[in-house]
Amino acid sequence: MAEALLALRDIRVQHGATTALEVSSFDVHAGEVVAVIGPNGAGKSTLLRVMGLLQQPGSGSVYFRGEQATPKNSLEMRRCMASVFQEPLLLNGTVYANAALGLKLRGLPGDQIHEKLWPWLERLGIAHLTSRQVRTLSGGEAQRTSLARGLVLDPDLILLDEPFSALDAPTREALLLDLREILAETRITTVMVTHDLQEAAALGERIGVLSQGKLLQLASQREIFTRPVSEGVAAIVGMETRIPGVIEQTAHGITTVRFNGGTARVRADFPPGAKVTLCIRPEDIDVNHYLGERNCPKEKICIRGNVLRISPSIAHYRIAIQAECGFVSALASKSSFTELSLREGDDVSASFRLAAVHVI
Amino acid sequence: MELIWQGIFKAVELVFGGDSEVWAITWLSLKISATATLISLLLGIPLGILLALSRFPGRAIAVALVNTGMGLPPVVVGLFISILLWRSGPLGFLELIYTPSAMIIAQVVIAFPIVAGLTMASFQSLDPNLALQLLGIGASKLQALWLLCKEARLPLLAAVMAGFGGVISEVGASMMVGGNIRAQTRVLTTATVLETSKGNFDIAIALGLILLALCFALNFLLTHIQQRGQMRWPRLS
Repeated sequence: MAEALLALRDIRVQHGATTALEVSSFDVHAGEVVAVIGPNGAGKSTLLRVMGLLQQPGSGSVYFRGEQATPKNSLEMRRCMASVFQEPLLLNGTVYANAALGLKLRGLPGDQIHEKLWPWLERLGIAHLTSRQVRTLSGGEAQRTSLARGLVLDPDLILLDEPFSALDAPTREALLLDLREILAETRITTVMVTHDLQEAAALGERIGVLSQGKLLQLASQREIFTRPVSEGVAAIVGMETRIPGVIEQTAHGITTVRFNGGTARVRADFPPGAKVTLCIRPEDIDVNHYLGERNCPKEKICIRGNVLRISPSIAHYRIAIQAECGFVSALASKSSFTELSLREGDDVSASFRLAAVHVI
Repeated sequence: MELIWQGIFKAVELVFGGDSEVWAITWLSLKISATATLISLLLGIPLGILLALSRFPGRAIAVALVNTGMGLPPVVVGLFISILLWRSGPLGFLELIYTPSAMIIAQVVIAFPIVAGLTMASFQSLDPNLALQLLGIGASKLQALWLLCKEARLPLLAAVMAGFGGVISEVGASMMVGGNIRAQTRVLTTATVLETSKGNFDIAIALGLILLALCFALNFLLTHIQQRGQMRWPRLS
């Protein structure tokens, strides 16, 4: 693969006695959009600050275009990047003055600033706000100003630190769509950190999973969501059902896994006797009233259990089931849920296709 | 009542009649206190920024010292500066006691912690991520510092006002290290004390009025700058 635009090597950041970040290797390639997900306190912001040369790591090196960052060349490198934070962090003054700030810091004359800035103000839908004082802006308008301030720099790399999480749902949705389009058009290399799976899925071509300062996995979006490398990643990417099992036999790439209350034949390669975990995404699991073992379709695996909890949300019902093999979590659409008329305590059968199972 | 009215009339006469001694005293007061404030700003603003933005061993003690210094009684400052500058004292060879320079030194000691403390508070009121954001759009460290100063300019003006207000109106230290020598170290406050004790209320009132007018004019000017473009509370019906 071509040389990475930005590369981290053996990065370690300590906050007192705790290790905030420990990443042995992280490459960002030109033109790609990488999303990094992880729970609060996982070290996401620290990772982004190290990438943006805004924080010096305790040890390790950052390479930009193959050149190691040092205090001497860091300003020059920082001027090829732009950071956008969760809060818009604007200075007192007008929208125009704020959006123009980065160019002004680079000593560009006013007419050139105007020429470069105007298309972005229009693209982000804030051209009519240029003379407004930033303190009168709504959250969405302020964040658009902050994005314009970064994008107008035509950076080689843009670093987004939870840029949507301070916004309300419709504002977030609109800005997310706009940003998606802009990134698809401009192909600006992007690293975004977020705790929101939806945002990561909407933007990230590759997704990294960060937990307790460690990069657990960095892979394509499809791979991350369907083939997490560990239970920890599975939990973070929303594989809520994780059933412990033991490999019974393996033949021709098909493995029989025995778990409490049944067996499953899945496509995987493990030695017999190995302890594994079967991971299934909630949207891949169907729930029906239990009508006996015979009613389980041949191509599916069925697990019997009791409905423990039903939590409604806008489009779905989340059904938590207590089975012999552990917890099973399923998502049912509103209509199918109404049809079923499930109640807590009901005897149910949770079923899923073999292809939906990922074995770790 | 008669005494007061008489005093005020005489005061107006002195002020507008162009009494040269009154104006000389006023000019000296301004010169000493403005110089002291300027030096305090040069020392106090960098220290305040340092205390607000960086972490180093002993910072907590330095912050506590600055906060204590913000409430230093001028008389105590006067006492220590007097001892230091006394002819037989450790800095006596400088021969500064009872000179305007000694008064400036004392006033700097009074105003400098005020400026440093208020500067620190004004920088701490900024979002801690703001500095990172400025660096994150390509500001050099110096550019980021300058933009942060501009962002904190309103509370910084308060530091200027508090510093100048503190020294132009103090009397204890000026009296002790300056000696209230006529035409040399006599300033508005020390002259007011003297004239009052002599029973010359008219002159005392004139000096007091000038002092008040000076403080008011300066604060009016700075407040005007500070409040320009400030957010207004909505009019409630």
